[in-house]
Amino acid sequence: MSTDAMALPRTEPASRPIVARLHDWVTTVDHKRLGILYLIYALVFLLIAGVEAMIMRIQLIRPHNDFISPQVFNRMFTMHGTTMIFFVIMPVMFGFANYLIPLMIGTRDMAFPRLNAFSFWMTAFGGLLLYFSLVGANGLYGAGNAPDVGWFAYAPLTSRTFSVGHSTDFWTLALLVSGFGSIGTAVNIIATVLCMRCPGMTLAKMPLFAWLNLVMAGLVILAVSPLTAAQIMLLVDRYLGGHFFDTQAGGSAVIWMHFFWVFGHPEVYVLVIPAFAFASEIIPVFSRKPIFGYPVMVGATVAIGFISMSVWAHHMFTVGMSSAANNFFVISTMAIAVPTGIKIFNWLATMWGGKIEFKTPMLFCIAFLFQFLIAGLTGIMQGAAPFDWHLGNSYFVVAHFHYVIVGGILFALFGAFYYWFPKMSGKMYSETLGKLHFWLFLIGFHLTFDFMHIPGLLGMPRRIYTYEPGRGWDTWNLIVTIGVFFQAAGILVFLGNLLWSYFRGKAAGSDPWDGWTLEWSTNSPPPAYNFYTTPLVQSRRPLWDLKHPDDPDWKYE
Amino acid sequence: MSAMSMAAAEQKLEWDRPARGRVGMFSLIAAEAAIFTIFVVAYLFYIGKSLAGPLPKDVLSVPVFYTICLLSSSLTIHLAANSLRRGSVRSFGILWLVTITLGATFMYGTATEWHRLIYDEGLTISTNLFGTTYYSLVGLHGFHVVVGLLALSTVMVFTLLGDVRPEHAERVDALSLYWHFVDVVWIVVFTVVYVIGR
Repeated sequence: MSTDAMALPRTEPASRPIVARLHDWVTTVDHKRLGILYLIYALVFLLIAGVEAMIMRIQLIRPHNDFISPQVFNRMFTMHGTTMIFFVIMPVMFGFANYLIPLMIGTRDMAFPRLNAFSFWMTAFGGLLLYFSLVGANGLYGAGNAPDVGWFAYAPLTSRTFSVGHSTDFWTLALLVSGFGSIGTAVNIIATVLCMRCPGMTLAKMPLFAWLNLVMAGLVILAVSPLTAAQIMLLVDRYLGGHFFDTQAGGSAVIWMHFFWVFGHPEVYVLVIPAFAFASEIIPVFSRKPIFGYPVMVGATVAIGFISMSVWAHHMFTVGMSSAANNFFVISTMAIAVPTGIKIFNWLATMWGGKIEFKTPMLFCIAFLFQFLIAGLTGIMQGAAPFDWHLGNSYFVVAHFHYVIVGGILFALFGAFYYWFPKMSGKMYSETLGKLHFWLFLIGFHLTFDFMHIPGLLGMPRRIYTYEPGRGWDTWNLIVTIGVFFQAAGILVFLGNLLWSYFRGKAAGSDPWDGWTLEWSTNSPPPAYNFYTTPLVQSRRPLWDLKHPDDPDWKYE
Repeated sequence: MSAMSMAAAEQKLEWDRPARGRVGMFSLIAAEAAIFTIFVVAYLFYIGKSLAGPLPKDVLSVPVFYTICLLSSSLTIHLAANSLRRGSVRSFGILWLVTITLGATFMYGTATEWHRLIYDEGLTISTNLFGTTYYSLVGLHGFHVVVGLLALSTVMVFTLLGDVRPEHAERVDALSLYWHFVDVVWIVVFTVVYVIGR
């Protein structure tokens, strides 16, 4: 049964001059266009930050290498981390949320379209500001260009004494500006989800994607704001001679760590909860079963949101806190594994007994499940304070959080790109290239990050420029660097697939996956007004009800 | 017509959702509250840690009058919003103007206090930890009062031009939420700076 009845036949607009079309994109307040702007912006920065990672790995391929100078190495790891967190994964998640939430809840646009455009451009200017440091940060001192204080910029490294020139100022201001954008987007997502749902879509009938992004937006509000406050304090210190983090005047360097990680740890969940949202939409559709345990999934997500606000100092076990504080943060860190485990079992139970179709999005989601599980297990290892005293600040930590961010978040993200690409572009991607991307990236990922744990256990500290031969680190570092090239090849195949499919791909139709959520009921790509008539929803799977009027879901929910 | 829109015609269901202006403002207030929390924590943490004077107990005096001004402006803005909802634009305008006056009086109080601290007591933001945390926290709050005053004044201009009508009550409500928040923050700042910190 066709669902095209809800959409008007497409009419091709007359070709307009390129300047006029660019002007449309720059001045747009349409949630779909802003979503795509976010995605393209994030992909550009993904390439840049990926190149920075490759430069670091080439430097570390063998002992005593001097591919780049130590100063450049410091800038590379700072820029790589900052870019990937703030200008790749956050924008890409906001892009998907922007594009999909109004479509999934059956409304025309976000709650505040102009705030939406403002937020995007703030984020965009934040990224440009960070990279403008390459030309603008030398200052009168001629002291280095890009920021080189590490992505968490511990005091007193950021004080005027140790960070002359303007590189740290560019870092601070870039995060401050993009933070305003993030808070604006979060306000918008919350208002959209709570106030714009189509008739019949109660909170208990929302797609999990909307639920999880609601929790993500709440976390952005509670997590990014402390970072904004801390950046303001840093600016006061650097420009007005304040003493917040100035130990010479009685200030505390440790309080910066607290303020940063009060942001930093919930931030991990800001990034991973949208990845959970992708998995919660993709896995049911390709298992041909409704999601297992919908209310438990919602509850577990909200629980993760709450607990994630109380685990930050597990980043600081090696700083030397009281044993009461250590105990508290060990226990809360262990506790967060419970709701996360519930979610993993729910996804597995969704697949159990299903008729699984191994399309590219599903492959990425299955890999996400396994890799995220392992990432969580190494997280528990480091969550035990005594073991963390051995592992803290080693390559084991680097391997762990890349396992979360690449093996978990990025894999789910690739799945999302393939799953919704037909909706956004109207074209089908190449399944062959998609599978090639998957296998290249999977091999590269495991070569790099599986083997990165071992030099960490053997004592290799993170952020070192080079190392002595004969410590047992050489072979592991060689393997790790080889894996990076597989990943780079995978990324190139991915981008090539997107471009080739956009221009040469077959038409996808409005519902290529036989999906169940409202975005598949309108055209691909959707018209500016989204829906010809406002949808009415009676169950969690409105399109299932439409396609199977004899056996609708609402009879059972 | 599709099956779903037919279902819509058959079944007239009650469909109430919260006003987006209120939800948006509450979200923004949550974010602002988180920012203030960090500054308040820093203030509390650094009480008594200044290595040199002047210290709070020597230079701070409790601004009772200006505090009463700011807190009572919460009442007047509430009454103003109520008047608009009842349809009385005139009493709305008067109460709105009173609110702005009270807020501006509070800022005048802050200005005189800072002038005294800077020129008479020699306390600046870079003097010691007390100066850094005091000017940051009170300044951050003052900044929010100023932003609120600008927003209130914009509405005042529209009122004088005759463009504010009872159907705008919901928007005025959202703005008054922000103003109430600024007042509540002052209670916290007042407690931390003038009661605990002195």
